[in-house]
Amino acid sequence: MKQTEILVVGGGPAGLCAASAAAELGADVLILERDSKPGGQLVKQTHKFFGSKKQYAGDRGIQIGDFLLEQVESNPKVEVWPDATCLGIYEDGVVTAEKDDKHIKIKPERIIIATGAAEKALMFPNNDLPGIYGAGAVQTLMNVAGVVPGKRVLMVGAGNIGLIVSYQLLQAGVEVAAVIEAAPHIGGYLVHASKIRRAGVPILTSHTVKEAYGNDTLEGAIICRLDEKWQPIPGTEQDIKADVMCLAVGLSPLTELCWQAGCKMKYIAELSGHVPVRNEYLETTRPGLYVAGDVSGVEEASSAMVEGRLAGISAALSLGYGKDKAPQLQAEALAELKELRSGPTGEKIMNGIMKLLGKEGAAC
Amino acid sequence: MRIVEHPILDFQRGEKVTFYFDGQPVEGYTEETIAAALHAAGIRVLGHSPELHRPRGLFCAIGNCSSCLMVVNGEPNVRVCVEKVQPGMKVETQKGKGCLR
Ligand SMILES: Cc1cc2nc3c(=O)[nH]c(=O)nc-3n(C[C@H](O)[C@H](O)[C@H](O)COP(=O)(O)OP(=O)(O)OC[C@H]3O[C@@H](n4cnc5c(N)ncnc54)[C@H](O)[C@@H]3O)c2cc1C
Ligand code: FES
Repeated sequence: MKQTEILVVGGGPAGLCAASAAAELGADVLILERDSKPGGQLVKQTHKFFGSKKQYAGDRGIQIGDFLLEQVESNPKVEVWPDATCLGIYEDGVVTAEKDDKHIKIKPERIIIATGAAEKALMFPNNDLPGIYGAGAVQTLMNVAGVVPGKRVLMVGAGNIGLIVSYQLLQAGVEVAAVIEAAPHIGGYLVHASKIRRAGVPILTSHTVKEAYGNDTLEGAIICRLDEKWQPIPGTEQDIKADVMCLAVGLSPLTELCWQAGCKMKYIAELSGHVPVRNEYLETTRPGLYVAGDVSGVEEASSAMVEGRLAGISAALSLGYGKDKAPQLQAEALAELKELRSGPTGEKIMNGIMKLLGKEGAAC
Repeated sequence: MRIVEHPILDFQRGEKVTFYFDGQPVEGYTEETIAAALHAAGIRVLGHSPELHRPRGLFCAIGNCSSCLMVVNGEPNVRVCVEKVQPGMKVETQKGKGCLR
């Protein structure tokens, strides 16, 4: 059985920062990453990030991912296992994983779950046709494998992800037929929306997919307009020919391991679904099990990095490392999170977190 | 289709090799997933659902959803979106739940 002091599940921005922070205080850390390259969502983000300068805003996502990985790899106290999927967390504290077709048992003293989030699907007839993908899948194909998903894309969702992926499709030489959005306004930042509007791609708000069609694979979709009550308006149907439909309709936290580990879970709409109940220092109701990043509420890479750091410091401190420095570092991370969550989107997240901490209505 | 020139990215695909899709030779690269190589060759139907036999393709491309299960070298239920191409590999569309040989 493999022994380690701190096991980090997931090597995205949250997991990598958790590992660095804990190792810097002196703890031994093992990271399990399902993918062959750690970095999480960052490995496919070619755009320059928004957020605060402290969290590398202005750099491209891929560069941030490489930088975080170098930081982890240069610390001899961290071991990184790519191509390793965590399968389960048991009552006796044993964690199981699959690596190189082998079933491996690990006995950590503390666990940090940083598994991120998964794309939501959308309900409409024929939504299972090949050619209908999550936006992340299109990004993986395009930006990691360098393969275009098809010739003509219908993008569903005008939040930041839908807008950014549309622009990346154009960069890769793929035609984007339209971006449709059920809400009456564009959800993402204006800079991203303007870039694709300038390229001539229409953004149709108050529109949704009525049905998809195709023989074996996607050939097109019927879209229609929605009224103020989000009901389809008869007679507004349009046929859009497309061999790819990309769903960018939000993410939900990847919490299977938290459920299985017996963490108390709560549904919080502001955090995009069921999330583990945890304290200020990100420890869940299962003692010694921490969470960080999108798994504890879908947000941004910047806050995922700081949450990772906070969870890493807290887990190391609970093992007796960095008694002199850690409380100060924890306070700094908490202050950074507060600052990151000070804008209008941050307010929503703060409301969600207050509900999670059972402090509804409290000033934050 | 593979992207040859990209304004920001430079793709490291590895070595060019041949593998087989339902008996037909397909070109792929050793650093590519099976799903990416099949997509590059225009193949998007990877299997059929067990009960209604509806075509199945990629959905998440990160090994999360099990929409891309295929039979690889005789082994069923392989998530081809996270399995890399190897020379001479035999990849087949999966019908139903697959059975272990
Ligand atoms: C198109 C797009 C654009 C974005 N743009 C921005 C931006 O400009 N600025 C910004 O701040 N944020 C942006 N984000 C958001 C940001 O990428 C995410 O919030 C951030 O990556 C979350 O980090 P994470 O570490 O929690 O999760 P992830 O990055 O999702 O990482 C989770 C990791 O865990 C691994 N994993 C999951 N399950 C297991 C398991 N069982 N065993 C082992 N490993 C597992 C996964 O493979 C993955 O590598 C964007 C996101 C997208 C999709
Ligand atoms: S496409 Fe989701 S597991 Fe492969």
